[in-house]
Amino acid sequence: MNSLAKPAAWEKYFWPLLAAGLLLAVWYYSVVWTATKVFPSPLSVEKGLAGLMHKHVLWADIGDSLRRVALGFGAAAIVGIPLGLTLGWYPALNQVVNPALQILRPISPLAWIPVAIVFFGVGDRPAVFLIFLSAFFPILVACVSGVSNVPAIFRRAGRNFGLSSAQILTRVVFPAALPQILIGLRIALGVAWLVVVAAEMIAVDSGLGFLVIDSRNSGKRYDLVVAAMLMIGLIGLALDLGFRWLEKIKSVRWGFRHES
Amino acid sequence: MTAIEREDKSRSSSLLTRLRPVLFIVGLLALWQIAVSRHPDQLLPGPWAVVKAIGELLQHGLLLKYVVASLFRVTWGFALAAVLAIPLGLTIGWYRRSEMAVYPLVQIFRPISPLAWIPLAILWFGVGDLAAIFLIFVGCFFPLLLTAMSAVRNIPAVYINVGRNFGMSTAEFIYRVLYPAVMPQLIVASRITMGIAWLVVVAAEMIAVNSGLGFLIVDARNAGNRYDLVVAGMVVIGAIGLLLDLGMRSLERFESLQWSYSEE
Amino acid sequence: MATETLKTPPGTPGKLRMEHVSMVFDRDGKVTPVLDDINLNVSDGEFIAVVGPSGCGKSTLLNLMGGFLSPTGGSISIDGQAVSGPDPRRILVFQERGVFPWLTVEGNIGFGLSRLSRAEREQRIAHYVQLVRLQGFENTYPSDLSGGMKQRLQVARALAVNPDILYLDEPFGALDSVTRLIMRGELLRIWQTERRTIIFVTHDVDEAVQLADRVVVLSSRPAKIENILTIDIAHPRNISSPRYLELRDELLSKIGLAYTV
Repeated sequence: MNSLAKPAAWEKYFWPLLAAGLLLAVWYYSVVWTATKVFPSPLSVEKGLAGLMHKHVLWADIGDSLRRVALGFGAAAIVGIPLGLTLGWYPALNQVVNPALQILRPISPLAWIPVAIVFFGVGDRPAVFLIFLSAFFPILVACVSGVSNVPAIFRRAGRNFGLSSAQILTRVVFPAALPQILIGLRIALGVAWLVVVAAEMIAVDSGLGFLVIDSRNSGKRYDLVVAAMLMIGLIGLALDLGFRWLEKIKSVRWGFRHES
Repeated sequence: MTAIEREDKSRSSSLLTRLRPVLFIVGLLALWQIAVSRHPDQLLPGPWAVVKAIGELLQHGLLLKYVVASLFRVTWGFALAAVLAIPLGLTIGWYRRSEMAVYPLVQIFRPISPLAWIPLAILWFGVGDLAAIFLIFVGCFFPLLLTAMSAVRNIPAVYINVGRNFGMSTAEFIYRVLYPAVMPQLIVASRITMGIAWLVVVAAEMIAVNSGLGFLIVDARNAGNRYDLVVAGMVVIGAIGLLLDLGMRSLERFESLQWSYSEE
Repeated sequence: MATETLKTPPGTPGKLRMEHVSMVFDRDGKVTPVLDDINLNVSDGEFIAVVGPSGCGKSTLLNLMGGFLSPTGGSISIDGQAVSGPDPRRILVFQERGVFPWLTVEGNIGFGLSRLSRAEREQRIAHYVQLVRLQGFENTYPSDLSGGMKQRLQVARALAVNPDILYLDEPFGALDSVTRLIMRGELLRIWQTERRTIIFVTHDVDEAVQLADRVVVLSSRPAKIENILTIDIAHPRNISSPRYLELRDELLSKIGLAYTV
């Protein structure tokens, strides 16, 4: 695209590492030059991280956050996918229900916290409810549009070959919609990861989000704050990459054309 | 059936069709009201109580004040992010190597919830508007940056060759080829990012500031269990979020008049 | 594989019968007549081409024959029974994007064969892979196949369920002209190996004269049958022979007439 030649394979690793190195250097030196007492340098973050891992606190927090995401995301998928497939399959039903959903969707999941606490009490359950809410809508939308975007040709071919409605849904519509459903699931997982951190800051007292807030509140340990932020970023990235790997499976890959 | 009869039937059926979703929502509201009146001693309000609470907020001028505060932060946070992220993203995306360098780093930053930045935000900006704006900025910056980077990469090579062929200067090229080509993608991303900004501002106000709709919700609960105000706040948040989304969508429609981006 | 026994002896007229068929579309009050008084009698094992100007309703005709639409007037029957819906005894082959992209070649061909035993299914799939000359591609996904190969795959999938009638809706329209010529030969070869009734819609006059026993000419909308031309040249047809050119010119002029209706 620019005037330089095509980059070599090794450059795929070289440039990001260079950029990361530069970033770390800038960070380190700005801490040293401003002689700040509060903001941590990369080294102190690394030490803090090691300390957390050593004391097994980190693993427990990561486990808690992941568990909540798994529960909320899982529930959203279990409810959202069948509902989305149904709404996509019966456009008349979708037309009735959709406006109500569109009104609920823009309400920030966190705004539901007081209501969630009234219904579910304190602890894990309101947090899982929030994650469920935030993952539900992207999954639903993706399923509805995935089904309604299945070309009529496929449905007709299904009928032509003598398939019943149920068979058409499972053997034609679902595989055809699967790429879009997977994209919706991946986006929902990303949102779930963002919301779990937020929910842990407000409504529970364990997990990575809580670690961020707590490290500051009890002792201004900004090295732990940044360490926790880093872990949040890395795990979120790992979740995203894991999902993209799923999208590469051959029988689904046809739906993705070199997406980045 | 004559043609006229057919036409009448289809017109009346389309009116009923448009009414059905409204009836559905009314039905849900009725169920809500019934459920609440069945359990009078629990905390959550019914729809009528919520309406009264909204009226109360309007009367005291609080509603307007809080809405303005939230919108103010969203606007500033989003605008700053857009002004920085878009040109930066377009530039980085243009050069293959800078894109290779930056992309993995951004992918690590992006999954970090803006709220995780709260301690740093408070450290740098103290408690108040600036911290909230910073959080919204962080929430908007990375998605917009990524979109700008990918939009530039997805410009069809034909357009670039045409620009070169016609001997355009760099400035001309940017203005007459680059921006129009990336505009549709950027507008869609702006709509989605605006939605994110609205989510973040509510969350930020619940934690880090003392005004705004998010603050209304926590405050109403903490200072007296006024759940009618809590739900009123939720309703207003949803309504404004919806209006923002619809507003951005109408922008999309305007742009698509200039050229269609569903070329496939 | 032994030749399948056909329901009616070959050459029997009345395999597909359309009587006074008309089709009117009514969308939100806007009334569009598309087909008007279509009468057609197709014999078993015949190759019929349907030609006409763009948008004249050729595809609608196929959809009616296939049972995907119901006529607003008249009747359609196959083997004496009224057509009431889609049926695996008559398979429609589309112009493009008809194959299922999430299934391999084998998966697509085996799509309608779920009621057979595993051994039978595998045998049949192998037979049709051979017939359409896609050996070696059994485990390939359609995204790795060329346009011509995908159409061959569609035909294989259709034939695998042993239908009586094949409907082909401009199946070669999306292919380049060289591939189109090759595919015509392939289709004829397949048809002569396993004889079915074929109804073939095309806007290409040459294609119609090269392939069909009879050519049905439709006028523009609302389409009537302007003419039915019999092609009395034996296969393989020499496309430079005087008789071929004569028939072709006759067909062209008949369509020319049809355009002015």
